[in-house]
Order: sequence, then C-alpha cells, then structure tokens
Amino acid sequence: MSNIIDLKLFELVEKIKKKEISSTEIAKAFIDRSQKSKKLNSYITENFENALQKAKQFDEKPDFNKKLPGIPLAVKDLFCTKNIRTTAGSKILENFIPTYESTVTQNILNEGGIIIGKLNCDEFAMGSSNETSYFGNVQNPIYENLVPGGSSGGSSSALAAKLTPVTIGTDTGGSIRQPASFTGTVGLKPTYGSCSRYGIVAFASSLDQAGPMTQNVKDCALMLEVISSYDNKDSTSVDFKRGQYLKDLNENIKGKKIGIPKQYRVDGMPKEIDELWKKGMKIIEDNGGEIIEINLPNTNYALPTYYIVAPAEASSNLARYDGVKYGFRSKGENLIDMYEKTRSEGFGDEVKRRIMIGTYVLSSGYYDAYYLKAQKVRRLIKNDFDEAYNKVDAILTPSTPSSAFKIGEKTNDPVSMYLNDIFTVPINLAGLPAISIPAGHDKSGYPLGLQVIGKAFDEQNILNIAYSIEKNINFKNNINDWWIN
Amino acid sequence: MDKLSKENKEYLIKRNTNEYEVVIGLEVHAQVLSESKLFSTSPTKFGSEPNTQVSLVDAAFPGMLPVINEFCIKQAIKTGIGLNAKINKKSIFDRKNYFYADLPQGYQISQYKNPIVGEGTVTLDLPNGEKKIGIERLHLEQDAGKSIHDIDPNNTLVDLNRSGVALMEIVSKPDLRSLDEVNLYIKKLRSIMRYLGTCDGNMQEGSLRADVNVSVRKKGSKELGTRCEIKNVNSIKFMQMAIDYEANRQVDVIEEGGSIDQETRLFDTKKNETRSMRSKEDAHDYRYFPDPDLLPLELDENFIKDIKKNIPELPDEKKKRFIEKFKLSSYEANILVSDIDTSKYFEEVSKNSDIKLATNWITGELFALLNEKNLEITESPISSKNLSKLINLIKKGTISGKIAKTIFELMSDGDKDPEKIVEEKGLKQQSDPKELEKIIDKIISENPKNVELYKSGKDKLFGFFVGQVMKSSGGKANPQLVNEILKKKLN
Repeated sequence: MSNIIDLKLFELVEKIKKKEISSTEIAKAFIDRSQKSKKLNSYITENFENALQKAKQFDEKPDFNKKLPGIPLAVKDLFCTKNIRTTAGSKILENFIPTYESTVTQNILNEGGIIIGKLNCDEFAMGSSNETSYFGNVQNPIYENLVPGGSSGGSSSALAAKLTPVTIGTDTGGSIRQPASFTGTVGLKPTYGSCSRYGIVAFASSLDQAGPMTQNVKDCALMLEVISSYDNKDSTSVDFKRGQYLKDLNENIKGKKIGIPKQYRVDGMPKEIDELWKKGMKIIEDNGGEIIEINLPNTNYALPTYYIVAPAEASSNLARYDGVKYGFRSKGENLIDMYEKTRSEGFGDEVKRRIMIGTYVLSSGYYDAYYLKAQKVRRLIKNDFDEAYNKVDAILTPSTPSSAFKIGEKTNDPVSMYLNDIFTVPINLAGLPAISIPAGHDKSGYPLGLQVIGKAFDEQNILNIAYSIEKNINFKNNINDWWIN
Repeated sequence: MDKLSKENKEYLIKRNTNEYEVVIGLEVHAQVLSESKLFSTSPTKFGSEPNTQVSLVDAAFPGMLPVINEFCIKQAIKTGIGLNAKINKKSIFDRKNYFYADLPQGYQISQYKNPIVGEGTVTLDLPNGEKKIGIERLHLEQDAGKSIHDIDPNNTLVDLNRSGVALMEIVSKPDLRSLDEVNLYIKKLRSIMRYLGTCDGNMQEGSLRADVNVSVRKKGSKELGTRCEIKNVNSIKFMQMAIDYEANRQVDVIEEGGSIDQETRLFDTKKNETRSMRSKEDAHDYRYFPDPDLLPLELDENFIKDIKKNIPELPDEKKKRFIEKFKLSSYEANILVSDIDTSKYFEEVSKNSDIKLATNWITGELFALLNEKNLEITESPISSKNLSKLINLIKKGTISGKIAKTIFELMSDGDKDPEKIVEEKGLKQQSDPKELEKIIDKIISENPKNVELYKSGKDKLFGFFVGQVMKSSGGKANPQLVNEILKKKLN
C-alpha cells in the first residue's frame, strides 16, 4: 500500500469505506507528519489528541454513508470551532475558545470529518503572504523561506506539505486562490452566498467566502459538496439547489466558450505566466473548447475599489474587539484609554493600517468620494462580467501576476503586496466563483496557477473545465521535504 | 386663521417687547412589542436578571451574524400604517459606528437614509379643533445595553439584556408649538401604538423615551431658529420641563444679543435645567454605511396588504364611530377612545346596556374609583359585565340612581353581582303603584296641615311630601312614580 499521506481525499474515502484503512491510521499518519513539520509553522493550534480519540470513536462505530467518513483534516484558524481555540491569527483573540461551531466546520463534522488542528493565517485574513500573523511566518514547503501565500497560508502550506489531506480557507480578495497558486495546489472560492459565513471571523462581510483547498480537482468537488449549504443564520446565504459536484464532475468541455480578458495582460508580468496562460488556452482548444477574447474594461479599478470596500467593512467588523467582552484586554485609566491600549497592543500593523483606511473612507466628507464611488465602480465591474457572460461560459486567467516570493521581500511595501491580488480581487467584487489550479512552474521551479472564473452558482462548470485542464497539463509538485530532518 | 384658533392658549415667551414662539420636534424611541430581539432570538422580557437574555449575536461574538426578525418588521409596518404613513417597499439597515462599553458590536444597526416608513401624520384634538402633526419618518434600530456605574465603586458593570432589542424611532416634523401639544402628541402616539399592540408605551420601563428638539423664533417669523437637541427624556413631565427651561434659555441668549449654538444637551431632572453635552463640532462621526451582513429589506405588496387587512380600528376612527353611532359628544368620545383598554371596557358595557348611562358611569363613578385606588382600567374592581348589569337595573327602573351609587360601592369589593346585592339587601326600587299609593296615603293623612298649606298655594311643600315618601320607603320608592301619584292625590 502506498503511503497514507500521499493518498488523495477521494482515495482515502474509498479505502475507508472498503475497510482497507481505519480512521485512526489516517489520523495518525497526518498527525505524525504534522509533528515532524513544526518548522513550517502551519498550525496555530493542534487538536491531535482529541482528533485521535474521535478517529477511534469513528472506527468503533463507523458510518460509511458520510461524505468524509472519519477523515481527519485541519482548517484555517478563521473558522470558529467549538471548544477549540480560534485566534484569526491575532493577539487580540490569542486565548479565545468559542462555545459554538461555524456552519462550514459543522458541515464537515456532520459528514464525518475530524478536525486535527487550526491553521495559521494572516491576522484577520488581511495579507497575501501569511506574514501578518501574530503567530509567525509560515514556510512554503516548495522552498525554504518562501511565503506560502495568504491569507490562507497555513492552509496552503499544510496541504502542500501533506499535513492534512484537504483543508478549507476563506477568500476575501484571493486568500484561497493565491496561496493555492503559490503552493501548487487547488483552491476554489465559491459564489458569494454558497458557503455560510456564520461563525467565520469576519474580515469584509460582502466579500468573504469560505472554500475548499485540495490536492486535485476531484477532492475539491467533494469538499465543496460538504461545505456548501443554505444557512438561515446568515442573511446573505443563498438558497439555491446545490449540485452533486463530485458525481457530475466531467472533463468534457466540448463546445465550451472560454473568455480571455485582454485587460489581464498586465505590464511586467513574467513571461512564464503568459506562456502558462497560452498553454491553458491550447488545452481548452485541443479539447473542443473555444477561446474568445473578451473585454472587462473596469479591471484596472478593481484593486483600488477593493482597497476601499474591504477596509471600510473591516474597520467596522473589527470594532467588536474592544477588550470589553472577550479576548485580549489591556489595562487603562478609563474606558477610552483601555480601548486605545487594547487595540494598539492587540492588533498588528497591517490590521491597524486597514482599520485606519476603512475609517477614513467612511468618514463624513470622504464617504461620497471613496466608499460610495467604490460601490458604484463595484457595480460596473460586476456589469463587465455579466456582459462577458453573454458571450462565454467561463473565463481563463492566470491566478497571480507572479510566483511565491521570499519571506520579508514585500513586508515594507504594502502596495506591491496588494498587487498580488490583482487577478483575484475582481472576482470577489463581482461575487463570482473561481478556481485556481496548478499549471506550471516559473524559472525557479516555483508553482504557478491558472484561474477559471465562472458565472454565479456555476461551480460545476468551472470544476469541469479545471478537471479537463488538470488531466492534460501534467503538473507535478516538486516537494523534497526539506523541513524534515 | 379662523375665529376658533384665537381661543387656543398660545405658548409664547415674552421678553421686553418681544414675543417668541417655541418650535418643537420629537424623536420618540418606542420599544417594539416583541417576544424576541430585532436580529436575534433572545427574549426581551423587562426586569430579568442582568445578562440572562443575551445571545452570542447580542454580545457580538466573532463570526456572529444578524438575522432580521420578521415580526419586528411587521410591527414597524403596522405602526407606520397607524401613523397614516408611507410604507417604503425598500429599506436599508445601516451601521452607526461608535465605541461604547454597552454597544458590543461597536456599531448600532439602524436605518439611516432609507427608513422602513416615510412621511405620515398624527392628529391632535386641541380645544379649538384638530391639528395635524407631520411625521418625518419611522425607522427600526437596535437598542444598546445598559452601563451601570453605581454598583461597583471601581468598575462600570454592563447588562446586555437590552442589547439588540428592537426600537422604532419616530421622528416628527417641527410642528409642535406648546407643552400641551407635546403632551397630546406623546399620548396620541402611545394610544395608537397600544391600539396596534406594537409598543406597550410604558415610560417607567423605558419603552417610550424621546429626544427633544427645541428652537425659538420671534412671533410671526417664518424661518426656523437654530435648534438644540435634548437627549433621552423619559417622561412627558420631564419633556415639558426641559422644553420650558430650554426655550427660555434660548430666548435669554438671543435677547442678550447672542446666538444659539447647535448642540446636544442633557436634561438634569434634579436641577430642572439643560446642560451642554457636546457641540456640533464635537458631534460623533458615525460613519454610517449599509450593513453588509444584511441585504436591503424588500417588502412585497401583498405582505403589506395582509398587514393592512388586520389593522384594528384606531382611536380616530373609533372616535368618529362613537360620535356618529352612539351620539356621544366629541369630548366624551375622546375620553373613551384615548386608551384602548378604556374603549374596550366601554364597548363591553355599552354592548348590553344603555350607551348614555354607560358613558356617564364609566367617565364618572368608575374613573373616580380607579383614580382613588390608583388602578388601571384593566385592573378595575368592577367588571364590565357587572357594570352593565347595574346600568340595566337603573334603566329598567329596578333601582334608582341614588341606590345604584350605593350598590356600586358594594360591588367594588370583589366584583359582586349587582343583581344579587339588590336581592340580598332588598334594595329593589318600589315601583308598584298600589304599594306606593298606600305609603302616600299614609303620609297625606299624617300631615293634614301641610296638605292645607300646599293646596292654598305653597308649592314648595311638594318637595316635603316626596322626601317623606322616600324616607318612609327606605329610599327605594321610584321617584318618578312618587311624583306622579303625589301630584294626582294632592291636586
């Protein structure tokens, strides 16, 4: 039998159902490897002992009708997990243990999944390299001192390093797709409203969306089936008929019209990325799809729009971390002093930067010029996509304008850091689904991803296109376990 | 202006040779009558142990999301209909951002630019006729928790029971001109909401409080003066005191050549004065923006129609009906409709008995009794059923009005049945002409002198004979019959 950690999620599920392998064996394998991989700093909180107990319980009383029967997995530490510390990568929630479970993780538990730990992330999911986490940088298993992307950096790192068979992240402006691209893995941001936001520490409510991060497209389809659900505890959850994404996964893309937005050819984009993109187009054409150039004229405004809307919502969403009710509290002379000290000491620089930007753009006298205008532009960006989808079924772009960079390389240059999200941000603004799949390497051998963007609630279509590309592109991640002595 | 308005007692402030008119607008915060909060399922019961009615949403735990309580939406729409107001098919919940210890989210969810209810009117009955007060808007918002500063000497304690409870903020136009109008306006709002069952109007429990906007201007001026807002006043009496103080203060400033600064003030109930809380420059920047956790609220036409269908008869209509159908005076009708429980009691009594008598007995004897015992009509010691029985006894002539008053007193002890009292105590009116004739004959034969005198023209003595008959019957003789028979016998 091949190594447990090398098995795909769907293989693990099959083997467990055939009783060829037990939940405990799987849990032990991933926990064992996780323990050997502390150098990556992927975890913020380990739940190993408890997970092993749960695995044992599953083996004693297995239920093979579940979608994740006894499958252990670690999740991003932005999901509130009952009785398991949830920090959002922040000092201000360093010791916060929820008494409740997020809907998405509850869905995982309901399908037989077992949480083995909470994965590192940028503080409050604000970052593109996992360098803003209070709990330290995360290593990309691809190469030492390379960032794993962000904000779901702990997730992408743990997944690529096989510390967990699959994981989940959240994506506000690219936080699933960019780290997936940086680590040679698959990441899907579903349509806004597909996965419940209940119990997910909020960053920017109108953009946040949870999604699967997996080794391959098939696992991604399975995980989406597990986590996507209508939830009346989230007013923005949409009650649409969810697909049988795994069962209906199909590599046949004959006749599919795929749009190529010319505005995504940005200046200074590495040649490898352009080549990768062409490679993707060729695969689509070879498989009977049609490539059509499309126009998304407002793409250039997406990033500035995002950096108004997201901080505005964040500045308000993070107001609750005030030291009064839970979390970190600093001593103060009076209420105001306590607030100031608590929030000065409890939040990191990037979070403070965004709170200040957000507060500014909502201030009276600036609201119309920034927030209101950004909302209007957001509408135009969405209209661009609607227009394009009159002509095409999906859109193909690179996932990121570059491959993973070195830890520390961009920490002093927030704008260049923000530029990382240039291809992913418009999709959040439009509320659309998009998947990043590994498609090649740059000259340093670092992975690069392609992004397939779909119509709203058309996850099945982009999964199918991604599946077809995956089958034809022959990507292989080169990971040599450098962090294990 | 018509002739009548001159009779209206004008509220003017005089200084030197100048007369100032006072312009008042009210922002009334009415707690929505609802089992659960505006965005969570926590109960709203008043007076519970601190922090026992708090959900994770109310305490703003990470990842918690608001979900609109449909019942509160219906209550707001109902109230809007009661205020003859426009119901907006699309409204938006915004976040009003500010930090305070009893505001767990760090923002209050409220409605800013797009409230659920638009312009409407409330009609006041003034001594000289009706006056319509404009309603600017009604919006829904969350209440905050409570900071308690006087239990622990070193700490402020926070009770979140109230956090997230639904409030309706009802904003009037600056149409009020006197303390009487303020009184009538608040009472009318309260009355409408109690008819609708959308707010219990209990000011002691804080279910109804108001921010008061006051400005003054020289009489005859068309322009509005600069206003000051007096925050959070929780009784009509305090509102009137605060307005009176504030209007006089403003007039003094103007008379001394100064100008009014737009500011927020607090009313100190102990010192009976308003004090500056913050100036316009120091006003909070609340950074309102649409709450991204909540979609815009869009109401279906049928949803509103269904609510409209179930709106009960409101005080104005009821008054009209009482006047037309029962021939009550406007004054009587007003008294009977202003409180929903009074009107219910009246309708129960009058359903089975004489309307005129019912009106008189309720507004007379019953109100006096309730007043004396400091009771609400819902706690009345005499049930509507027994009062209507009493009235029927009077109407049928079984008892006289005078005896009825005695019975009424006896009834108030444990809601006794008047018919039983009449029977037990033998208080039945003597209405048998033969029996009465016997008594009268006896009185006449016992008082020959007075009979002489009466017949010789001393008409006044008639009263003496009536008195004697009543006395000898123990007050039970039917006075009308006694009159008739006496007249016949004596003439």
